[in-house]
Amino acid sequence: MNRDAFVATQPRYARRKFFDRVMTGVMGAAALVTVVPLLLILFYLVRNGVGAINLDLFLLDPSAPGRGGGGARSALVGSLIMVGTATVIGTPIAIGCGIFLAEFGRNRAGTVLRFLVDVLAGIPSITVGLFIYGLMVLPVRKFTALAGAAALAIILIPILARITEEMLLLVPRSLREAAYALGAPRWMTVLRIVLPTALPGIMTGLMLALSRIAGEAAPLMFTALGNQFLNTDLLHAMDALPLRIFYFATGPYESWHQQAWAMSLVLVAFILFLSLGVRALVGSKVTIRQ
Amino acid sequence: MSDAARKDASLAVETGRTSIPRVSLTGGRSVGNMVFAGLVGVAAVVVILLIIGLFWELGDRSLPAIRANGWGFLWNTTWDPPKRIFGAGTFIVGTLITSVVALVAASAVGVLVALFLVEIAPAWVARPLSVIVELLAAIPSVVYGLWGVYVLGGFIRDFLGPWIAQTLGFIPIFNGDPRITGIFSACIVLSIMILPTIMAVSRDVIAAVPGSQREGVLALGATRWEMITMSVLPYARSGVLGAAILGLARAVGETLAITLVIGNRVGIPHTIFDPAYTMASVIANQFTEVENEAHRAALVEVALLLLVITFVINVIARLLVWRVTNGQNVTVQE
Repeated sequence: MNRDAFVATQPRYARRKFFDRVMTGVMGAAALVTVVPLLLILFYLVRNGVGAINLDLFLLDPSAPGRGGGGARSALVGSLIMVGTATVIGTPIAIGCGIFLAEFGRNRAGTVLRFLVDVLAGIPSITVGLFIYGLMVLPVRKFTALAGAAALAIILIPILARITEEMLLLVPRSLREAAYALGAPRWMTVLRIVLPTALPGIMTGLMLALSRIAGEAAPLMFTALGNQFLNTDLLHAMDALPLRIFYFATGPYESWHQQAWAMSLVLVAFILFLSLGVRALVGSKVTIRQ
Repeated sequence: MSDAARKDASLAVETGRTSIPRVSLTGGRSVGNMVFAGLVGVAAVVVILLIIGLFWELGDRSLPAIRANGWGFLWNTTWDPPKRIFGAGTFIVGTLITSVVALVAASAVGVLVALFLVEIAPAWVARPLSVIVELLAAIPSVVYGLWGVYVLGGFIRDFLGPWIAQTLGFIPIFNGDPRITGIFSACIVLSIMILPTIMAVSRDVIAAVPGSQREGVLALGATRWEMITMSVLPYARSGVLGAAILGLARAVGETLAITLVIGNRVGIPHTIFDPAYTMASVIANQFTEVENEAHRAALVEVALLLLVITFVINVIARLLVWRVTNGQNVTVQE
């Protein structure tokens, strides 16, 4: 039966085919709609931000309200310190938890833990900030960068733990069996064979987790508080880039708004570098299901 | 092992019924393995303690407020810190409106894009598109807020808002006075922000539908769209629902972007352009300058409420997604 004869036996075929084309178009249009906001945001970031990017932004601390000038040095340094500290606190716990899930998690206890880790990843960051506020700020009556870093670590842990688990499970069984055959006990096999093999993937996951916490301001508002002056002491209030953007965006001065755009541009560039650049460096062999 | 069982086991050894000794090739219960299991076990316990601690800490700190405010906290709409009258009604309404609108808008687009990525787009389109959506997820909340106030807000006040008020003004909720900040801005920003979550999870779920499901319907002569509606979507239904609910959880907990764009005013909004408050934004906006201890406790109570709501939503969503993907490759994206 040729095509025309077939169509003749199916009176509704043309209509069905047409509807199929229309819906294909609708799906494609939805995909286009998704691209527009990103382009708009990136466009305005560059347009409004580039003008206020200068050396002062990196070398000066924020100026007093309404004075104009000044920069974001305290915020840049503070962000680096707190994200770094959060990494130091959170990474061992996250990788340990990931190893537990991959090695001992093929049972009901593992399923429950995996579930809890996923749920922890979905808890609003502002409640994490309040939790650390009650735990670390109220008892000493002082806002500290350490508290801010702890709050960021809580956000980092579930993300990195799940990525670590998935990366460990991707390591071929044959490598593990080869280690066992040579007489290596399980702990040595995991630490010397499985973990190093999965390391590029875990590092990529870490970069993604870092790009996430670098942009978080909500958990820092009640913990690190923000600081107009440069501070490198973990036991005092500290500034962070997203916090400073928030304060400047809500302030009344035009110069603050411009600096908020410039800081956002720096922050987004940093985050895109982490999430895209590092992925390219590590190579396309590692695919992350974010 | 119970005492009786242990006795049985040792008996078995004595009477020689177990002839082969249990030797593990992987070191069994050697010291190294025990230490290793203990260490990673501690890390796992820390995660569990964090979740318990979160509920415990917020519950403990809000106890005075829970006692003072009673159940009426959930629906009273008066929030008057100096007079110590606290009702979270307006915040709950604000959160409900913004997140439900964002949920509907983002789900519609998100599922369509996910279908496009899995079923239609060739690899050279699907890859970059996936990356673009991931980038959308990577942009910080505060940057969305900045953009929402200074770009989107102006557009709504000057162009989109007046046009909507004029064309749809006969419906009361559209007959408002467009401002830079308000519920309408919040809904748009929130829709964009939760789109990546819904899209990514739906994509994983739809990709997990077995090929045989599609082939069966195609063999019967279905068009591609019929295949999607007759086999792919019914199979992935609960997972797609889970994806949408995960997006809802994200919308409910979203803080800084909303604090910047929603206008922060206590009161039940009457039109889509009115300023309002959400549960998260009232905490962000007021907690650093509380009027008294009762105010602080009431704000923590709002946070506890937020925590319980997002926890429940998350549990439901994860269960739905897991039903389709069997716990594999579940998106951890927040």
